[in-house]
Amino acid sequence: MNTPSNLKYAKSDEWFDPATGTVGISDYAQNQLSDIVFVEILVEEGEEVTVGKAIASVESVKASSEIYAPAAGKVSAVNKGLSDKPETLNSDPYGEGWMIKIESGQAGEVMDASEYEKYCEGRSH
Amino acid sequence: MTYIPISSAERDAMLKTVGVKSLDDLFEAVPAKHRFPELNLPPALTEMEAAAHLGELASTNENVREHLISFLGAGAYHHYVPSVVDHMLRRGEFYTAYTPYQPEISQGTLQAIFEYQSLMTNLTGMEVSNASHYDGATAAAEAVNLAYAQYRGKRKKLVLSPAVNPQYREVIRTYTQGMGVDTAGDDAENHDGGPEALIPLIDESTMLVTVQYPDFFGRIYDYTDLIKVAHEKGALVCVVANPTALVMLKTPGEMGADIVVGEAQPFGIPLWYGGPYLGFFTTKKSYVHKMAGRLVGETVDVRGNRSYVLTLTAREQHIKRERATSNICTNQGLLALCASVYMSTLGKQGLQEVANLCYQKAHYAASELSKLDGFGLCHTEPYFHEFVLCCPKPASEVNQYLLDNGILGGYDLGKDYPDMQNHLLVAVTEMNSKDEIDTLVEILKEM
Amino acid sequence: MANIVEPTIFELSSPGRRGVTMPASDVPEASLPPKELLRSELPLPELAEVDVVRHYMKLSKFNYSVDDGFYPLGSCTMKYNPKINEDTCRLPGFLFTHPLQPIETVQGNLALMFEMQEWLKEISGFAGVTLQPAAGAHGEFTGVLMMAAYHKLRSDTKRTKMLIPDAAHGTNPASVGMLGMQVVTIPSDERGNVDLEKLKAACDDTVVGMMLTNPNTLGMFDEHIEEVVKLVKDCGGLMYGDGANLNALLGIVRPGDLGFDVMHFNLHKTFSVPHGGGGPGSGPVGVSQRLVDFLPSPLVGIVEEGDDEMAPLYGFVTPKNSIGRMKAFHGHFGGGLVRSYTYIAMHGPDGLKDIAQYAVLNANYLQARLRGTYHIPYDRICMHEFVMEGQFEGSDVRALDISKRLMDYNFHPPTNYFPLIVHEALMIEPTETENKDTLDRFADALIKIAEEAKTQPELLHNAPSTTQFGRMDEVKAARELVLCCWLPENYEA
Repeated sequence: MNTPSNLKYAKSDEWFDPATGTVGISDYAQNQLSDIVFVEILVEEGEEVTVGKAIASVESVKASSEIYAPAAGKVSAVNKGLSDKPETLNSDPYGEGWMIKIESGQAGEVMDASEYEKYCEGRSH
Repeated sequence: MTYIPISSAERDAMLKTVGVKSLDDLFEAVPAKHRFPELNLPPALTEMEAAAHLGELASTNENVREHLISFLGAGAYHHYVPSVVDHMLRRGEFYTAYTPYQPEISQGTLQAIFEYQSLMTNLTGMEVSNASHYDGATAAAEAVNLAYAQYRGKRKKLVLSPAVNPQYREVIRTYTQGMGVDTAGDDAENHDGGPEALIPLIDESTMLVTVQYPDFFGRIYDYTDLIKVAHEKGALVCVVANPTALVMLKTPGEMGADIVVGEAQPFGIPLWYGGPYLGFFTTKKSYVHKMAGRLVGETVDVRGNRSYVLTLTAREQHIKRERATSNICTNQGLLALCASVYMSTLGKQGLQEVANLCYQKAHYAASELSKLDGFGLCHTEPYFHEFVLCCPKPASEVNQYLLDNGILGGYDLGKDYPDMQNHLLVAVTEMNSKDEIDTLVEILKEM
Repeated sequence: MANIVEPTIFELSSPGRRGVTMPASDVPEASLPPKELLRSELPLPELAEVDVVRHYMKLSKFNYSVDDGFYPLGSCTMKYNPKINEDTCRLPGFLFTHPLQPIETVQGNLALMFEMQEWLKEISGFAGVTLQPAAGAHGEFTGVLMMAAYHKLRSDTKRTKMLIPDAAHGTNPASVGMLGMQVVTIPSDERGNVDLEKLKAACDDTVVGMMLTNPNTLGMFDEHIEEVVKLVKDCGGLMYGDGANLNALLGIVRPGDLGFDVMHFNLHKTFSVPHGGGGPGSGPVGVSQRLVDFLPSPLVGIVEEGDDEMAPLYGFVTPKNSIGRMKAFHGHFGGGLVRSYTYIAMHGPDGLKDIAQYAVLNANYLQARLRGTYHIPYDRICMHEFVMEGQFEGSDVRALDISKRLMDYNFHPPTNYFPLIVHEALMIEPTETENKDTLDRFADALIKIAEEAKTQPELLHNAPSTTQFGRMDEVKAARELVLCCWLPENYEA
């Protein structure tokens, strides 16, 4: 499991980069969902989001999940290319698979990488 | 115990394995005071008695093959069904299988549905088709669900042509009653305007425009301009189409439609007093994730065989639950098969013959009927196999008179449109001979 | 290139080939609509009748069906479909009646529908029944619409929550979602009942009602059903019964007597309408007295009373506060109602009770035979089905592998991965129409497979190996999305 230490993680498996405001889903999440075939970003640039608001909907071959905002603030960018290449979420969840950027985002309840790893291990039984 | 293949000795052995004394002991979790009610139902019939009883009920009806000459359509049409169709439907391998969840042992159903999807997209000029809906009306309602989901509830206006089948409009109203949809255009007193009358109603809050092709009055319009305007305002357009007419007419796909739905009953499904029928639903690839219903896609198996599976299942209710576009689980698989066998058996030429016969006979009937004193065609637009006949008397009286003479007249439009009391919607198919049409004209002449 | 086992109907097409020919026109020729209203091409297949027959015969042989063998798909009630139904539903009087014919000409159809409404009321203990819904999910949507309309008419507008147990079918929350209500999930307790404490905590004046499948998808009859119903009713909610599992209750208990307000029937499960590869089904809905005025319109009623000499005149009636029309025309008459009517008429009250008793006996017998080999998380007397875990300590074999391996023993697999609250669930519903030999062979196969899982797990991972097709690449299907085919590119018509 890959959990970059510069990121913060929400219980619902989104990552948030406090330095850039970027949001995506964790390696653990993409692995649980398995082969992702559809992504729909539910927010637009300029929209205000609150913590816990559904920002995207993701479907894999076997599962479907909503992605929630781990931070509050104004959406400054949306990864528009993602809907054409949903598999990027599997192959590069922390890079090309980013979803949105939240300008000067105020994080909600998030964990650091080591806490998140423990949290994931606790769930895999 | 007609279909229970267990002897009393076997039953006793099984009860012993389970560890209870009697069948009744299996139900102790059921509240005692309500357990084992006496059902007041007629005593069981044997197969021979049931066959006779059902035969009697069926023969109480007057049917359009043996008793009545029919000019009734309005959403259900009497067409010839080639013999092959029912022979294929009677294969137990098809009709006693379930939804093809296990593709290794369901390739028959899966390939048949894949072919059905292909036949429907080719017919409508669209890119994708699902594995079908309950009927044309519910397919039209699901188109509203698609549009609502596409705009995530941000657009709530539906522009609904008053010339869409009244039952379809009723079903759309039922389906959308909890969604806060704002409907415009659905006005039974202003139904003559055609597409031009709808265009001014389309605005930036419109999610969907729904029209019918040919419309409920039989009129054929090219919706290209309407669709262009709708797209400029960002709205989707759903065309409710008659499949037999599509064999002859410009496809809604060519006009730019986003969704094409309709009732595929005319393709090999008996009238059956209204059901079960087959709702077809086709759209553009970009809306496939918002489309309800089952969907079959091509793939390969581990041995390299081309094969088919249910795909994009994560959009559906069993995974997406309350976030799904629809709760539908059905595909009308057996009837999709019916439509496929019908289309394949008639083939391109046979279908063209059916469409042409419908067209020719309807035009002959219209021309002869409009020669009668007091009768006339209400519209001047081109039509396919259904048209509105203006009568000198209320349509209900005309129909009663025709029925007394063994003819099932047309559909009494006064039931749905208050200013059309003297208007009869007449349908003519390949099943109506020239003699039947001449009889209709003769009898009306004497009215 | 993939190997093509059977070409598509498009690939089989050859320009100029003909199937059925239609008669020549017997009327003077009319001119066609203007060219711009006509289609330019019709890319549909061209085949001879024999080509069509052989194609579909070949496809039919790729299917496994109830007529082939045991099909223990939990929650689907894949019982034997009596052949007589196929004949009665095709009687010309049924096949060739138009849904808009005057009622005087279709009294046979209407009498059948009226009697069917009465029978379903009697079987379920409800005050009213609509035959209109086309399928179970459609019936559910009908029921939820009526529940919403009931509260709305009483101006009880703050009710927006539907209570749904965690074991429920996905259609329950999806039906609720279609109305924009919120779903509140109620967990199950360790005996597979609704957790009463959790239910109590969720019951308040914002509750529309509860949707309960009983017996539930674990195959368990809720041991506190009366308390559950009371809790929901005491807070002003309505009780919805998911009739998916009614096969276990025929002549055993009537949901109306237990206090349910509304329930859909699945005629394609309980009353032997064949499943047809996914449909058509038929999903009538029964309601208690307080919902009868909300039923969809129209219903079949008596419009002129009969007497000793004259049969009554049947026709259509509209309930006072009807939610409206659910579909065009009157429900799945021919393929649904006529078959089920035949089936009920041939069973009578005692035959219906036999169905439930033997369905429950068969499930308990299989459960008893498999107990000890497979872990059964909710282990008590079950109703018509039970759920076991398809996994073993120290083995990487999963429920899916067991299912696929069952195909090698010529059985259809059980339902997999449902209900969601059981790990690696295998949900088994044998129905009443299987004999002891079949059940024994099935149990023997599952016991053998459990052994194979330990000794030769690759047999399971690679299964099925004896079927015509192997496991499919589902990711490829979803990523490439090839959803239809066309005539070959060099095709010249």
